[in-house]
Parts: sequence; structure tokens; C-alpha cells
Amino acid sequence: MVKTPGQGGLPPVNGGAPGFGRIRLRRRAKNVGGVALSLVLTLLGLLLVTFIIGRVMPIDPVLKVVGERATQAQYDAAYQAMGLDKPLWQQFLRYMAEVLRGDFGRSISTGHPVIDDLKRVFPATFELAALGTLIGVFVGVPLGVIAAARRGGWIDQIARVVALVGYSMPIFWLGLMGLLLFYGILGWVGGPGRQGIIYDGMVPTVTGMILIDSLLASDWGAFRDAFSHIILPASLLGYFSLAYISRMTRSFMLEQLSAEYVTTARVKGLSERRVIWGHAFRNILVPLITVIALSFGGLLEGSVLTEIVFSWPGIGQYITKALLAGDMNAVLGGTVLVGTCFVLLNLISDILYRVLDPRAK
Amino acid sequence: MSDPLLSIRDLRVSFPTRSGLFQAVRGVSFDLGRERLGVVGESGSGKSMTGRAILGLVRPPGKVTAERMDLGGQSILNLPESKMRALRGARISMVMQDPKFSLNPVMTVGQQIMESYRLHSGQGGRAARDKALDMLRAVQIRDPERVFDAYPHEVSGGMGQRIMIAMMLAPDPEILIADEPTSALDVSVRNEVLRIMDKLVTERGMGLIFISHDLNLVAQFCDRVLIMYAGQVVEELAAKDLHNARHPYTQGLLNSLPRLDHQVDRLAVLQRQDSWRDQTPPLRSGA
Ligand SMILES: Nc1ncnc2c1ncn2[C@@H]1O[C@H](COP(=O)(O)OP(=O)(O)OP(=O)(O)O)[C@@H](O)[C@H]1O
Ligand SMILES: [Mg+2]
Repeated sequence: MVKTPGQGGLPPVNGGAPGFGRIRLRRRAKNVGGVALSLVLTLLGLLLVTFIIGRVMPIDPVLKVVGERATQAQYDAAYQAMGLDKPLWQQFLRYMAEVLRGDFGRSISTGHPVIDDLKRVFPATFELAALGTLIGVFVGVPLGVIAAARRGGWIDQIARVVALVGYSMPIFWLGLMGLLLFYGILGWVGGPGRQGIIYDGMVPTVTGMILIDSLLASDWGAFRDAFSHIILPASLLGYFSLAYISRMTRSFMLEQLSAEYVTTARVKGLSERRVIWGHAFRNILVPLITVIALSFGGLLEGSVLTEIVFSWPGIGQYITKALLAGDMNAVLGGTVLVGTCFVLLNLISDILYRVLDPRAK
Repeated sequence: MSDPLLSIRDLRVSFPTRSGLFQAVRGVSFDLGRERLGVVGESGSGKSMTGRAILGLVRPPGKVTAERMDLGGQSILNLPESKMRALRGARISMVMQDPKFSLNPVMTVGQQIMESYRLHSGQGGRAARDKALDMLRAVQIRDPERVFDAYPHEVSGGMGQRIMIAMMLAPDPEILIADEPTSALDVSVRNEVLRIMDKLVTERGMGLIFISHDLNLVAQFCDRVLIMYAGQVVEELAAKDLHNARHPYTQGLLNSLPRLDHQVDRLAVLQRQDSWRDQTPPLRSGA
């Protein structure tokens, strides 16, 4: 028996704070305010940057509107109408108000309002990126977990090769080879573009994502057609995403599997599957979500090469073409949209972090 | 002593390394009854490996061999993993060094305690919850309901270790291996935790293997002590006979402790001799 003097009650190990639960809630509420504030500030910063870029570019926005042959009077009228005679801060306020209304001006290369163009090209990219990320997550995460659990085993070796190829293979080459094989030779998938000609414009646009719109319209033929077109580019993006996600998952898991609490779980007699998925995996969710969000954000920028190889009318192509044409409204509008997506993804992973990690302050 | 709970003969644990086979444990033999057995030795002497080998937790490429490793008269040597899993937690359990790292940070204390109990008892959630609260009370946690819903980072080290003890004892194992259960704790709560563990182990008539660096602690807390050196047991004594230790390594350990009963001007430096690595001690107590 241990000889301890004075065996009264226990020392007040915890200071006896009442109700962890309530404190936790209150702390969360305060955090939500902080998150909202940082969100607004980030978006403001984004707008400031696009605003400044718009002003310092050596492209005269007035000339782009009135054309080379306008008279001085026409030029001046347009100059005033665009508010360019006002002080900069007023111009910025006006810019913000316009952006909030969704008014990015008119694209000189398409002749449409930029917002209408974005509504058309962004869903195309979003659909592709979402499907690619789904593939990356549903293949990459289990692959990474198993590779870590059976370190040095054959699955680990396969995962290593898969990632290596993913890191080193040029995407346009893989894309072209994929088209050649699966479309040209085997005929398993649809060719370039989002839809076959007979289905083009047949499905009413709701979300702009053809897979979803055709489901909403219960048009199975159109769905199958759209799927056969998206599956190859989505697999390609999915492959690159899974190469990244599986590597990250593996290294997160290796770190956790050497932790003491994993030994505790084994001492309890839990099955290896419970130890890995129930204990270790739960501890990598937070960093993993950040990785997935980043990878998804990267795809949302629009993989220009993939879009070009597959004639995919997405935002990557749109912005690139606009940039080459000096179409600043389109470039800046696209940039604001992509930037906002990044900010929102960050916000989502931040919220999930708070929900999933009890240690989050 | 009647039938021992655990009987081990010539236990060896080895790891292949670049410079050949490294033997972490080199022929350890002992019996454990319903008693408190201390295992003392310097860092790297193979104490933890011995514990892990008993639990079947030495992971490949590590290899475990023994002449005998019996639990309650049945061999558990190289049991298939599924059989071993049924014993782990249910009949042999382990408390590790630092509760900060040995509790899962994203699960509540209650979830973690219920998990092993439900697994081995087959009871439902309600019974498991009651059991968990009982166990928290048994380790003298005052407001078990609150701690049940707390996360590990919300409890102190001393409380964390009591939670570990509650968790590991919930399925009523026969043997508890405590691997330096207090060395990460503040001195002020150390005895508290030991006292609680000792009480539960004694009440339940369990066998305890108490691994420690601290000869003093082991002497006052255990019935019997094994002294390990370089993967071997060099001496085995009743705790009360520690001062009669014959092996020079044990004597060295004793001499390097500060004493209360007489003035020691300089603590002796522990001497080691290569010849100790290869002598096998006589097995004293036994079945
Ligand atoms: N996976 C491994 N591969 C090779 N050697 C190992 C491995 N794990 C442990 N060892 C070695 O086995 C020996 C015994 O380790 P063990 O953890 O049992 O020591 P210990 O007596 O518990 O020491 P401590 O008091 O520091 O905890 C050490 O020398 C250690 O380096
Ligand atoms: Mg150890």
C-alpha cells in the first residue's frame, strides 16, 4: 500500500468549473463572430486587389468601351459616365456596390455582361471540379489510409507509384492519350465538349450543371450523354487530386498511428479496423478537410489545360481568353468569383474544424 | 502460491536491424500471482517490451519467442491475432505513461471508457454508461457525469491517469500492466493515483505488473521486485528484502538513491559490467 499522509478528499484538479458544455457553446458563439469578421475583411481585401489591378493595368477601359475612333467628346462623356473623374475612394465604393449587385460590366470579347458569362462557364467548371474531387476523395482517402496502415506493403507501393505518376505526368498529354484510347479507339466515352450535338440545349438550365439539370428534368438520355462526356476529364482531374490527397492522407495517418492513444486502443482489444478508422482516422479529419478544400479550390480555378484539351467551356478557358484579349472586366469578374470561392472554402473548412475538433478554441 | 495468473519462461523479443538482430528482451522468466510485482531497470533495459510482448503488441518485424507464456494455465504464446484480441483488455490490460497522449483527443472520456467495456461485456449503451460512471466514481472522480462528457484536454494529468485506470479496469481484467503510470505526473498527485490504483487492484484480487525507474516507489508499493538489466532479469527479491540485494547492479541502484537515514555526501555513480549481460539468475519464487 502506498503510504500517503492525510487522505482527505482529492486536490481540486479542475478548479471545479461548472458546465463544460455551456462554456463550449459560448466560446463557439464568440468564434462565429470572429469568423464572420475575418470573412468580410478578406473579401474586402480581394475587391481592393482586383480594383487596383483594374486601375493600374495599361489598358484604357474607356477606349475599350468607345472604340479607337471615338471623338474626344464621346471619350469624355464615357469617362465621366464610368466615374473615372471622381476620387479613387469614391471609385472604389462604386466598384464595391457594383460587385455586390453582381455587375462586373460588359465583356468586350463576348459582348455579354460578364455576370451572364460567368453563370454559363462557372457551373461547367464546378461540375467538373466537384466530380474530380469526389473521385479524389473516395479513392485517395482510403488508399492513403490503407497505405499507412500497411506501410511498405503492396498497396503502399501502388499508392506510391500512383502519386509519383500523378505528380510527374503532364496533364494535357494524359488527357490526349485518354481521349485517343477511350474515345477514339474504344469508343467508351463521349468526345470533347460537355454534350453530344443532339442533346445540346435540350435540357432547361437550372443550375447550369448538366448532370444535375438533366436529373431535374428526368431526362435520362441527356444525363447519360453528359456523364459520358464528363467522366474522362473528371477522372483525369480526379487522378491528380487523388495523387495529392492519398499522399497527404498517408502522412497524416502515419503520424497518428505512432501516437500512444492508438496503442491504448489496441490494448483495449479493439479490432485493427476500429483502431484505424474509429480512432486514428478521426484525428486526421481536420487537416484532411483542409487538404481536400485546397485541392477542390485549385480545381475550381479551372484547369486551363484540361479545359482546352476537352473543349470544356469552363472558367479557366474563359479567363485565359479574356486575358489574351485584354478584356479586363471579364478577367476581374472571374477573379473575384474564384477568389470568393477560395474564401468560402476556407470558411467551410474552418467551421468544420471547430465542429470536429473539441480542442478548437 | 497457488496457480499463477501468468507464467513466463525464457521470453525473448528481438528486432532485425541493419547491424544484425537486436535483442531487447533476452530470456525473461517470472510468475505472477495475485500480487504486485515491480519491474525496475534503467532506460532501454526491456521493461516495456516485456509488457508489450505479454499483450501481443510487439509489431512486426519484432519477434517474440518463449519457452512458455501461460495465462491462467493456457498458452498465449503467438496466439492468432483474433484470439489475442479477445484477451487484450478483457483479461490483461495496460496503463501507459502519459495520459496526455494515451487518451484519444477527439473522443469524450465516457465514449472511451464505454468502448472497451461494451466490446468485452457485450452490454448495451445504458449498462455501459452506468458502468463507466461507476468506474469514474471508483477512481474517486467527484463529478463523474461532468467528466464523462469531457474531452481529454479538459482534464488534468492526475485525473487523466485515473480515467485511464477506470477505462482499463472496466472490463474486469485479471492482470494490469502499469508502465510507469506516474512518471508523467506531478509529484503532488502521484501518490494519489498510485493509492487508487493499488486499492482497486487489491480489492479485485488482480495481478499487477508495475514498471518503474523508481526503486523507492517500487519498494514501498510492491510485494516483489524484478531487477532488469540489458534485457534480462538480474535479480528477483521480495520488496522488503531489497536492502539485502546481492547483485552488484541492484546494489548500485540502491547506492545511487539519496537516503534519509544517514548522510550521503556523494551519490554513487552506477557502475555496469559487461559480465552481467550474460548470467542467468536463479528463479526464486514460482508456481
Ligand atoms: N521497434 C523497435 N526496433 C528496434 N529496437 C527497439 C524497438 N522498440 C524498442 N526497441 C529497443 O528495445 C530496447 C528495450 O526497450 P524498452 O522500451 O522495453 O525499454 P524500457 O526498459 O521500457 O526503457 P524506458 O525506461 O526508457 O521506458 C531499447 O533499447 C529499444 O531501443
Ligand atoms: Mg518503457
